[in-house]
Amino acid sequence: MNISPDYFASPADPDTLDELKRRLGLAAEAEGLLDVAYTTVDSPVGSLLLAATPKGLVRVAYDIEDHDRVLDTLAQRVSPRVLRAPKRLDAAARELDEYFSRRRRVFDLPLDLSLSKGFRQLVQRHLPEIGYGQTRTYGQVAQLVGNPKAVRAVGTACATNPLPLVVPCHRVLPANGTPGRYVGGPAAKVTLLTLEAAA
Amino acid sequence: MMTQGGGMGIKLPFEKVVEQHGGTVLRVCRVILGVHDAQDAWSETFLAAMRAYPDLPDDANAEAWLVTIAHRKAIDVLRARKRQPAPVEQLPEAPSSLGVPGAEDGDLWHAVAALPEKQRQAVAYHYVAGLAYAEIAGLLGGTTDAARRAAADGIKNLRKNYQGATTEGAPS
Repeated sequence: MNISPDYFASPADPDTLDELKRRLGLAAEAEGLLDVAYTTVDSPVGSLLLAATPKGLVRVAYDIEDHDRVLDTLAQRVSPRVLRAPKRLDAAARELDEYFSRRRRVFDLPLDLSLSKGFRQLVQRHLPEIGYGQTRTYGQVAQLVGNPKAVRAVGTACATNPLPLVVPCHRVLPANGTPGRYVGGPAAKVTLLTLEAAA
Repeated sequence: MMTQGGGMGIKLPFEKVVEQHGGTVLRVCRVILGVHDAQDAWSETFLAAMRAYPDLPDDANAEAWLVTIAHRKAIDVLRARKRQPAPVEQLPEAPSSLGVPGAEDGDLWHAVAALPEKQRQAVAYHYVAGLAYAEIAGLLGGTTDAARRAAADGIKNLRKNYQGATTEGAPS
């Protein structure tokens, strides 16, 4: 049989599908079906995945977190209606670009913190109080949130921050003077701290 | 099936569904409706699918599900065409900016468009979407044998009316 699915294909299909997907993103947004929009952007700390619900930015993910796995998790925990639709992430992408070129010190974006709960979310809400170019130890952050003994839990809250960069967990360090662990890897943490120190 | 999500209660991001099945659905729509209306049918199919996606069982065959939706959307288009007074089976000669197969394939699309509706649908669902004849019978009504016959007759007619189908067909 010499009739196969490819028989009805066209060389223009990839371009056509790109355009149809772009239109689907716009139509889904207009119909209120775009529960999670995402895009990826290049940065000095590698490719970053940015995802937003209608409420706000819900996830920033480093390459080493595996973007496919991050999208699977978003589909399970937020909604399976996930589409690559860069438009909703325009402001976040622009602010990150400004941050990396040292033209921005504070992020001004609506955030959706629904991926973290309880004490972790409490810690993450307080992290933006650590200003640009400053650092705190895990112990100091534990005091900041009113639970001085919860040093280890603060470490967990930083390690599970769904919005790294924008919620600045990179400004929290161990007391021993080393950069410590980071969701984007220790090298990315040093890059960010160096960038902020040089400004 | 296992490849859909790899386990219980796991649903792929809809983006992956579009990536995996968008091409097949476009080709199905093109065979049934021609180049001109295929893109609108694709858009309506995936928008409807995205709306219903959270309720799709995790172990469902996503492609068969999408083809079922595309089938209903295409019927809407075909019914609307029949209501129109203008000639209906005419395909545009000039390539538009999107998704038009090369001009040398123009005869293929005329041959496809000239098929009776049932044959065109059976060819699309079996040869493009890979549905079993029993599934196609479920979509078109009638028996499994009738679906098989419609697909076979469709291919026979395509071969008769389009030389490329016998001399330089794609590998099977």
